[in-house]
Amino acid sequence: MSTLTVIYAVLFYVATAVLVLGVANKIRTYAKAPAPLKIPTTPAPLTASGVRWRMAREVVFFESLFKSSKWTWIFGWLFHVTLLLVTLRHLRYFQEPVWLPVQLVQPLGIMAGFAMVAALGGLWARRWLVDRVRYISTPSDHLMLLLLLAIGLSGLTMRFVAHTDIIAFKAFVLGLMRFDWQPLPADPVLLVHLALVALLMIIFPISKLLHAPGVFFSPTRNQADNAREVRHISAWAAALDKKA
Amino acid sequence: MATAAFETPKLKSYPVIPLVQVGAMSHIKSFPAAGPIQKALGFPEELVEDWQDKVIAKMGEMLGKYRSLQVYMDACVHCGACSDKCHYFLGSGDPKNMPVARQDLMRKVYRRYFTFAGKHFPKLVGAVDLTREVLDEWYSYYNQCSECRRCSVFCPYGIDTAEVTMAAREIMDSIGLGQKYSNEIIGKVHRIGNNLGLPGPALINTLEGLEEDTKDDTGIDVKFPIDVKGAEVLLITPSADFFSEPHVESLIGYAKVFHAAGISWTLSSHASEAGNFGMFIGNYEQMRKITMRVKEAALELGVKRLVVGECGHAWRVAYSFWNTLIGPFDYLDPRYPVPQHICELTDDLIQRGALKFDKEANDSRIITFHDSCNVARGSRMGNMPGGQFIIPRRIITSVANHFYDMAPETIHESTFCCGGGGGLLTDDLMELRVKGALPRMEALKNVVDDHGVNFMAMICAICKAQFTKVLPYYGFDMSMVGGVHQLVSKAIRLGDK
Repeated sequence: MSTLTVIYAVLFYVATAVLVLGVANKIRTYAKAPAPLKIPTTPAPLTASGVRWRMAREVVFFESLFKSSKWTWIFGWLFHVTLLLVTLRHLRYFQEPVWLPVQLVQPLGIMAGFAMVAALGGLWARRWLVDRVRYISTPSDHLMLLLLLAIGLSGLTMRFVAHTDIIAFKAFVLGLMRFDWQPLPADPVLLVHLALVALLMIIFPISKLLHAPGVFFSPTRNQADNAREVRHISAWAAALDKKA
Repeated sequence: MATAAFETPKLKSYPVIPLVQVGAMSHIKSFPAAGPIQKALGFPEELVEDWQDKVIAKMGEMLGKYRSLQVYMDACVHCGACSDKCHYFLGSGDPKNMPVARQDLMRKVYRRYFTFAGKHFPKLVGAVDLTREVLDEWYSYYNQCSECRRCSVFCPYGIDTAEVTMAAREIMDSIGLGQKYSNEIIGKVHRIGNNLGLPGPALINTLEGLEEDTKDDTGIDVKFPIDVKGAEVLLITPSADFFSEPHVESLIGYAKVFHAAGISWTLSSHASEAGNFGMFIGNYEQMRKITMRVKEAALELGVKRLVVGECGHAWRVAYSFWNTLIGPFDYLDPRYPVPQHICELTDDLIQRGALKFDKEANDSRIITFHDSCNVARGSRMGNMPGGQFIIPRRIITSVANHFYDMAPETIHESTFCCGGGGGLLTDDLMELRVKGALPRMEALKNVVDDHGVNFMAMICAICKAQFTKVLPYYGFDMSMVGGVHQLVSKAIRLGDK
């Protein structure tokens, strides 16, 4: 077993643990914090099923962003959809045999890779070209786009420029999952690609990527507009009633 | 003290997003509350010695008590969707009046003290230490937000800057840095019962005067009852309705509606205020204490229904928060919504044919309607989403013949704040108020030019006060401003029903 294999195997165990535990911890924090008042942005759905539909539109179509800015919506939505397709395409490395849907998505996933890089380019261009967005951008906002671009470009490089040994790589991944480590091909592009993905997983729970779980907990979006019909009261607010 | 001179923005025929002008509004500083004002609300009288530690401790407490704040501190990705949505940014160009940048004033402190990245890599994620300069920026810019929630409509995560502004004001109050205007008014409510500080006898006097005026005007004995036990309806209305123009015209309108419909009603000298500035300063206990007067009055008078007059933030507090703050309302008539907006009541009567109007009485008016932010984005009327847009317009078109809406991107949920909401309706913020009114003024100018609109109806005491003051800056006559029930009052048929 080469040192390289050991390093990457450990790296991915650590990255997975940080991602899962870190996000779970954040979700627990969000779930535990009470929402003492009814603050849906109205007009809002009146029922729980209406709220689920509103949230679905928000998460699948980015409805509010669409209302706000068509350019940001085009690039942002395209990036997220293509990232989903590319991720689905990569599931083939984790499965033996490969599920039919994952097989079917393979050609789409390749096209999506190019679109994803283009969309990231568009998002980054906005950070430079729109003076308002330039003003609010921090170094981490730029580096996040750079990281995602580097992941996308290194991936496309392996598909179209310098092929890597994907049979051996798949054996490595399956080995990780079965705790039966197999050697990792020492291809520099692959190593860069994997290291960046691990980095992305590690920074997820300590960065703005928390918008992904966060949106589901946003009271302006996940509350039903039924304040008059149902009395909404949090534990600490109820305690005030007892005192008085 | 007069504020420094400033230039009123030019009205353009189509909206233009200004270029960023760093520091354009950094000189704005609402008058801070003096010691006695702070003391009356239980806040420290001046900036406390160890304010840095206190701010961080208070922020930690708020993060645990408000899910909104916790999620909104984390979720922003700096996408810029909100960056051109705030009326104060559009009117001033100051980038710190972009919602995202206003939130970032707190977020950069949150990151520094509460997140791994900010503790270890502050420069990378834009985290900063809590210095006096940062605190001064908080005071300046969190008192340049009217909590209108327009940004929350457009944010892909629903981040509501109002929640952040409220939290910031609550934190600043807790270290002795309060705003004079809001905190003084809250003190008056606790002491006297309303924002204007009108004692009971003055109220009774005023209402008697209104009865006489209305009698002279119509020949009918329209009553303005106060503290009447056993009345069916307790009307809670902003105290501006008692004294200010054009507000009082709407109060006369409510009285005529009750009279024509034969509903017994009363005002209360104990709860003579619908407004609730406790919301503006983000203080749950203050908001609850102010609201408690309504419950006390309702029980004391033994009424069956609670109806709220024309006031935007009051309706948000009443509609969205009353049930939480002073519910359950099991002592009231369950056949009616609690609380009910005066527009819901009037509209319901109109729909049932219980009111008759001479629409021609309003023919000299060409009317548009300004959706007030708290009604539009923080509440509802009727039984369907968006009823808060339909019902006031339905009333207007029932009592008048000429109505034109302003541009679609400036009404309904996208409506622009008047520029004076959220505790900013004070003379020491005149520059901010004038500049913040720009987007609404542009939309108004378009319907004035296209349709000859000469009356902007609204259902908010703050909007009315703000516009009567600000319209002249833009070359409009302040008599264009009025209430929906002012129009009702003009056209309603009394007596011969």
